Amino acid sequence: MAFTPSKETYAGRVYAVTLGTGDRAVTVGGENVLPFHSFEGEAPNRPLVAMEIQDVPPSDWPENVRKAYEGVSDDPVRWATFCQDKLKAGAIALRLIGTHPDRENRSAEDAVKTVKAVLAAISVPLIILGSNHAEKDTSVLLAVAEAAKDRNCVIGKAQEANYKTIAAAAMANNHKLIAMSELDINLSKQLNILISQMGFDKEKLITDPMCSALGYGLEYTYSVMERIRLAALTQNDVTMQQPLLGDVGMYVWKVKETQAPESDMPQWGSAEERGILWEAETAAALLIAGAEVLIMRHPKAAEAVEKVIDELV
Amino acid sequence: MLIIGEKLSIIAKRVREAMMKKDKGPIQEIAMRQWKEGAGMIDANIGPAEDGGEDLMQWMVTTIQEVVQLPVCLDTTNFKAIEAGLQVHNNQWGRPLINSTSNDPERFPILELGARYNSQVIGLTVGKGGLPADAEERCAIAAEIMGRAMEYGVPLEDLYLDPLVLQIATSQDHARHVIKAISMFQEMNDPPMKTVVGLSNISNGCPKALRPILNKYYFILLADAGLTSAIADSHEMAEALNERALVADVLAGKKLSDADKMTEISKTLDVIMGRTLYAHSYLEM
Repeated sequence: MAFTPSKETYAGRVYAVTLGTGDRAVTVGGENVLPFHSFEGEAPNRPLVAMEIQDVPPSDWPENVRKAYEGVSDDPVRWATFCQDKLKAGAIALRLIGTHPDRENRSAEDAVKTVKAVLAAISVPLIILGSNHAEKDTSVLLAVAEAAKDRNCVIGKAQEANYKTIAAAAMANNHKLIAMSELDINLSKQLNILISQMGFDKEKLITDPMCSALGYGLEYTYSVMERIRLAALTQNDVTMQQPLLGDVGMYVWKVKETQAPESDMPQWGSAEERGILWEAETAAALLIAGAEVLIMRHPKAAEAVEKVIDELV
Repeated sequence: MLIIGEKLSIIAKRVREAMMKKDKGPIQEIAMRQWKEGAGMIDANIGPAEDGGEDLMQWMVTTIQEVVQLPVCLDTTNFKAIEAGLQVHNNQWGRPLINSTSNDPERFPILELGARYNSQVIGLTVGKGGLPADAEERCAIAAEIMGRAMEYGVPLEDLYLDPLVLQIATSQDHARHVIKAISMFQEMNDPPMKTVVGLSNISNGCPKALRPILNKYYFILLADAGLTSAIADSHEMAEALNERALVADVLAGKKLSDADKMTEISKTLDVIMGRTLYAHSYLEM
């Protein structure tokens, strides 16, 4: 008798969310199976890797990832086009870190100029991230959402402390929205409910359960993502069926393993290779957990992850 | 079903102030109200009570029993305060209950007090380490506590097993593990083991309006599983017992004439049984 693999079928389905406009628009999600279980059902869209750029030069990034953008990272527009045209990135994630009060404290108007310039130069979807300062993000994201009107960007991140203004801005200007909670599945669901109770379409949300790097709590992120996806599929929970985001690069490139030079840690081997591996491993784990959108920094790590996706889809 | 009135707890501001000032008025008023609402025992929770715990517990026991003809549940981690409370407890109104021993060696001597003063004892199914993962682990710990109770001379009929109710907002799976543990505990002896829960912890951390709803329906599910007693709000529990037939109807798949009540009950049961992920606004979805 021939072997017949048993198949799981699920009641729920992840929302298909389209980012960007025109030929380069990308759709993520839409599957009714666990990650890469296309043999059990439908998984119409490939996970998306967005390359991270910043509004200010990446002085806080370790040398080994900074040097990949030498000559372009002092200008967000050149940096963005480099990612789109040279690295063939499917999307760009612009982090407005320079607006943080403890950093350059750039104004909302400065941020608007950067966003407009980047949007004029690229055709791939743009994810626009604040500086993760709940209060400052409110004014910055409000302004940039308006400046990017109708480009179908992803605005983020809306958190419990500031979701109202940011969700309203995303809604008024036809953007998608990232809802972020801090590694707590119940609070993640609650935030999605609160945002949808404002009238924001829950099918335009992307859930960020908060990322963490390999060795620094990755298992928590993994577990929350996994449980969110199981609630979406097995319980058909309409408040948990959003595509999931892994904001990988930011968390990976600040841990010791990606920072320590070979002179300090000769037994750890090549610092550059180590950092790339760290980012690729973290991202690949989250793909398996259910992430549909990854924000990454090192081109080689992104390339490795694309290869993993190629093999799994 | 024995309801152990939970309201005399040091966590409540009004009670704490009365305890500090040794003001009998509020303590007796709350105790009497709980008695009228159907409590069969009054919990006196004085916290860790490191300073003056003995005096405080004696004062609480005598203050309560001056006006209420009920036994008292002595709720503190202070061994000496428990002993002091046992010494003045009026057993004419029923035997006291000690809250609690556990599988932590530091809590073993509590059983000695239980045996010496012919008191009933709560056995909380936790060890020294982490929390029990599921119903089975709770049973394994319960077996240890039962063995030790016999060793110390506390009859198993005097031991109340407490599976440790956790917050549904952060530990949703445990809600149903605890229900299963209540069923399983009873199988561990003949006559069945007695059981108790600190009920309102289920809704700790939830929005205020949600708390009685979760408390009530959780209580009914536990009662259906054979729960013997609960440290709980006697007013809420009286309400719960009135709604027990409604819950039975929902569980049986019948439609209630009150559609809002039906939604409230079925959504809450779904959350408790882990069929829907908990969120503070689960009733609104």
